[in-house]
Formats: sequence, structure tokens, C-alpha cells
Amino acid sequence: MIQYLEFEKPLAEIEGKAEELRAMARETEEMDVTEEAAGLDAKAAELLRTLYADLTPWRKCLVARHPDRPHCRDYIESLFTEYTPLAGDRNFADDHAVMGGLARFDDRPVVVIGHEKGNDTKSRIERNFGMARPEGYRKAIRLMDLAHRFDLPVITLVDTPGAYPGKGAEERGQSEAIARSTEKCLQISVPLVSVIIGEGGSGGAVAFATANRVAMLEHSVYSVISPEGCASILWKDAEKMREAAEALRLTAQDLQQLGVIDRIIPEEIGGAHRHRAATMATVGEAITAMLKDLSGKDAPALVDDRRRKFLNLGEKGLAA
Amino acid sequence: MNWITNYVRPRINSIFSRRETPDNLWTKCDNCGTMLFHREVSDNLNVCTNCGHHMGITPRDRFIALFDGGVFNEVEVPLPQPDPLQFRDQKRYPDRMKAAQKETGEAEAMLIAKGEIGRTPIVAAAQDFSFMAGSMGMYVGNAIIAAAEEAVRFKRPLILFSAAGGARMQEGILSLMQMPRTTVAIQMLKEAGLPYIVVLTHPTTGGVTASYAMLGDVHIAEPNALICFAGPRVIEQTIREKLPEGFQRAEYLLDHGMLDRVTPRTEMRDELIQITRMLLGLTPPVKGDLPKPEPETVSNKDETAPEAVTE
Ligand SMILES: [Zn+2]
Repeated sequence: MIQYLEFEKPLAEIEGKAEELRAMARETEEMDVTEEAAGLDAKAAELLRTLYADLTPWRKCLVARHPDRPHCRDYIESLFTEYTPLAGDRNFADDHAVMGGLARFDDRPVVVIGHEKGNDTKSRIERNFGMARPEGYRKAIRLMDLAHRFDLPVITLVDTPGAYPGKGAEERGQSEAIARSTEKCLQISVPLVSVIIGEGGSGGAVAFATANRVAMLEHSVYSVISPEGCASILWKDAEKMREAAEALRLTAQDLQQLGVIDRIIPEEIGGAHRHRAATMATVGEAITAMLKDLSGKDAPALVDDRRRKFLNLGEKGLAA
Repeated sequence: MNWITNYVRPRINSIFSRRETPDNLWTKCDNCGTMLFHREVSDNLNVCTNCGHHMGITPRDRFIALFDGGVFNEVEVPLPQPDPLQFRDQKRYPDRMKAAQKETGEAEAMLIAKGEIGRTPIVAAAQDFSFMAGSMGMYVGNAIIAAAEEAVRFKRPLILFSAAGGARMQEGILSLMQMPRTTVAIQMLKEAGLPYIVVLTHPTTGGVTASYAMLGDVHIAEPNALICFAGPRVIEQTIREKLPEGFQRAEYLLDHGMLDRVTPRTEMRDELIQITRMLLGLTPPVKGDLPKPEPETVSNKDETAPEAVTE
């Protein structure tokens, strides 16, 4: 059963009614509800279309965080073959908030790295809700080095509320690990493409998304701080998250206008969590297209392209 | 002739800066509460003469104390477009900017200068915590890029004093993008074989710590400076336990391998001269206060790049 989001309540009611009608009809044969149920279906479809045609930034945050939204693991399973996870930072631990390893994409060997949030209570805890510790970033650095050495393209899938704010994480150098991961992204001389599939949470996202090409799913978000965090600092009230989400300009549409991302991957009406297979296929096409885009560039050109992209960022405002 | 820009302006800067000190003659130490004679504290670089507590210091005052004879040349920073997101919380971002500019007398949260320390030419960058909590936005990014370019152009080391509450939220994603942007700047320095020394001062947090502040060849911190990615309050809320005394302070980070040294502000200049000269393979420094360099020495004597001799 689908989990409805807070703004989808009216939809839940209509769909619930249609479901009830059909259940009743199955019990009492003389009742014909086909027409009535179909009417409700149409009404629900229309409502869904209206709701998703114009999602506010805060609603996009909710969609981006939806528990049924396809996660890194789902994409790896559906878009890659021969996935061979590689573990550990060779220093302290293996961080399960970050998955990564060798795999084939369109038959070509690549390195894939991403945040994984988990999909039930047990796996969410094991994955620390996609919040990486220093070990996660250091594992990513190792994998990027590997890709660099063997000339394999790197694909990163970003989906994190942010780096984990914990005691051990700080003691073991969370800042340094993030800084080094971003630095590594800028150094490797292989194609690096990134897709923000859900939440692009602050520095924890940048550490993977400092790529030649960055794409974002239509209802993903990418931000310097969560709307709740921003609201509690600037509005002194965490309940002002709607206003903060609006002000932060964290939607794919705004970020494309600012030149921060290169492409928006459309989601079907109702969002990625209602159309998992279709969404994963579209993301696959976008990755293929981004890699193709970079195929003419040699090693120095790839590094140069990445550096120039970030150095030149900020020239486009929303006003322009 | 750039005598005016190179010699007179820094002097004017230093006169202004001195005059901006408050009229009341006494300052209270934030830590031990002792009432201290203002002049005494400012002569001691805002370090309490009673307990050694390090209070905030503006980039300008820091540079006056750092550079030989207090002489330095500001490096111009390209201005970014103002208010790119048209951000508004309880106040409009341009209004917050204007208030900060009025309060500090500075254009933004970072000052870049070049000059000599112990007769060693350097480029220095200092973040201004009194300006919107030193937050990193487009301007700070531009400043670090300008500092790195200046250092590379004239083959000088870069010494950066960090101090920030993190990224500037009012610039949204563009403030976050300063993490990779400044990292590119630091890479340019490293590829040119130039030393990059970071002095982490209280407080250095968030995206600033997680980018250019943690990528130095040498990391030195001022005593008791808070240095972290996530702040102690956020961590306490997450893990629901009280953090140990001194957690995320400079000495704690030194113990955990994130810093090379913790050095009091009053000894910082000599230490920076010593380290810089060794990294550059130069002779040992002449210790102590050096007189102002001759105007000629300041005006780009080591600067062979053709652009340097314009004006
Ligand atoms: Zn004191």
C-alpha cells in the first residue's frame, strides 16, 4: 500500500472511497459500481495531476524524502550489471550509509558510489538513514582513486539528509573527510557524473556531486541546509520550514536556472515513488547521455572541465 | 607609481582601524570577567592578559600585527552579483548586508592582503567573524580564488586565517558551491608548489571546515578555538547525550590528529615566519619587530610578472 504524504490527504480519501466501493461490489453481486468507481478514479487522477503540476518547494522536500522513492540500491540493481561491492576505508570501518563498487553500466565497467538510506526499520538503522560518517567519504575517495587508476568512469548517486552529526564522526575528522572527498572529485581524470536522486543535503552531498555533469530528478532537492535547520536559525522557529524551503531555492528548476545542475530528469505524475521502474529507466537514459557528452574529452580536459564549471559558478542569478 | 596604494593606504587603514576602537577605556574579558585596560588588551592582540583567553580580532587588526611594520596591500576581490536568490527571511538579505557593512566598516567577511612577514613575501587571507558570522558566500569564494591567483602569480605562500559559522544561508546553494570552488583555488596553489598554511581561529565550523580550512599543508589553531563540522548543539540533539568538556576545541582536535599545532596568537607571527621560511628553503628569519619595509620593497620587488609593473 502506498504511503500518502501530508498534502496528499484529499487524494487518499478519494482513492480510499473507490477502493471501498469495489470491495463492496465484490461481496454483493447485484451492485454495479463500475461507473461510480471509474468516476472516482478519474477524479483522483485529476487531483494527482493538479497536486504534482505545481509542487511547492516544501512539498518537493517531502516527495524527495518519501520512503518508497527509489534509493541508491534500487538504481544499482536495475541499471547496473555485475555489481561488485567494495567495502571499507582501510583505516577504521566500512560505512553502510555509502555503497559503492565496480559494476557495468551499458556493458562498460564503471565505479558507482552512492548514499543508501535503507527501506525498512532494520536497514534504515544499518544505513544510518543515509548519513555518512568519515569512513563513508574515505571509502568513496578510495573508490575514486581506483577508478582514476584504471580509467573507469565514476557515477555517483546522491541521496542524503547530510553528513552524520555524531561524536565519533567529529572525532575521526568529518570535515577533513568531506573536504578530501570533494578534492578527490576535482582531481580524478576520468568522467564523473552525478545524479541527485532524492535529498542533496549540504556538504555530505557536495562530497560526491562535484562532478563534470550533475543531473537532478524533477522532485529532488539540493540545499546548503535543510529547510527545518534554516528556519530554526533565521526565523528562530523550525515550523517556518515552508518559508525557508521557498527562500532557499532548492528545487531542480531553480538550480538549473542558477547553473548549478546541468539537467532535470522528469518524473511521471505522482512522483518517482509511484513510478519506480519508469523513473529508474529515465535516470539510466540520463546517465548514458551525460557520459556520452563527455566521451570526446581526454584526461586533462575532463579535469579542466570540472574545475572551470565550479570556478565559473555563480555568474547566473535568478534575476538574470 | 603606486606609492599611494602601496604605502599610504595601508597607513591610513591602520590609523582608521585604531580610531575605531571603542571610546570606553575598559574591556571585560569574556572568559574570566576581569576588567582590562583597553589599550593593554589591544596591544596584546585581544588576548586577555589575565587568563590568556583569545577574544575575536578583526582581519585588519590581525594584519597590522602580522605584517612587517603593519604595512600591507589589500588585494582586490571581484564583487559577485548581490543577492542572487533575492533572499528574504525575517529581513531582506541586502538589509542584513548593509547593517553588517555599517557595523564593521568592511565590504564583506574576508580581507586579502599581501606584504612581508619577517621579510618573507606572502599573501594572507583573514575571515571576519564580526561580519555576518564570517559566513562563506560568493564573496568569500571570490576572495580565496583572488588570494590563490595572487599567490600563484607572484610565487608566494598563502596563509589563511579561518573564522566562520559556516556557509551563508542567504546565498543558498551558491554558498554551498563555494566548497568545490575554494577547493579548486587551493589545488592551484598546491600544483604551483606553494605552501598553504591554515590558521584556524574561533570558531571555524560547517562548510568552511569541510573545505579550504582542512586542506592546508600545515594546520595551526588558536587555543580553545571551536573547530567542527556539526556544532555541539546539533550533536547533542542528535545523540541525546552531553558532550565531554573541551569537545571540538583546538586541543581536542590536536589530540585526534586533525591539527599540527595549537599556538597562542601572540606567538603566531614568529611561528608562521619560521615555518614559511623553512618550507620555502630560505635562511632563518630575523626575529622580532621589523621596521616598515621601504616603499620600494613593498612595491612588488619580487614580482616579475609583467602585469605587476603597470600603473
Ligand atoms: Zn580573561
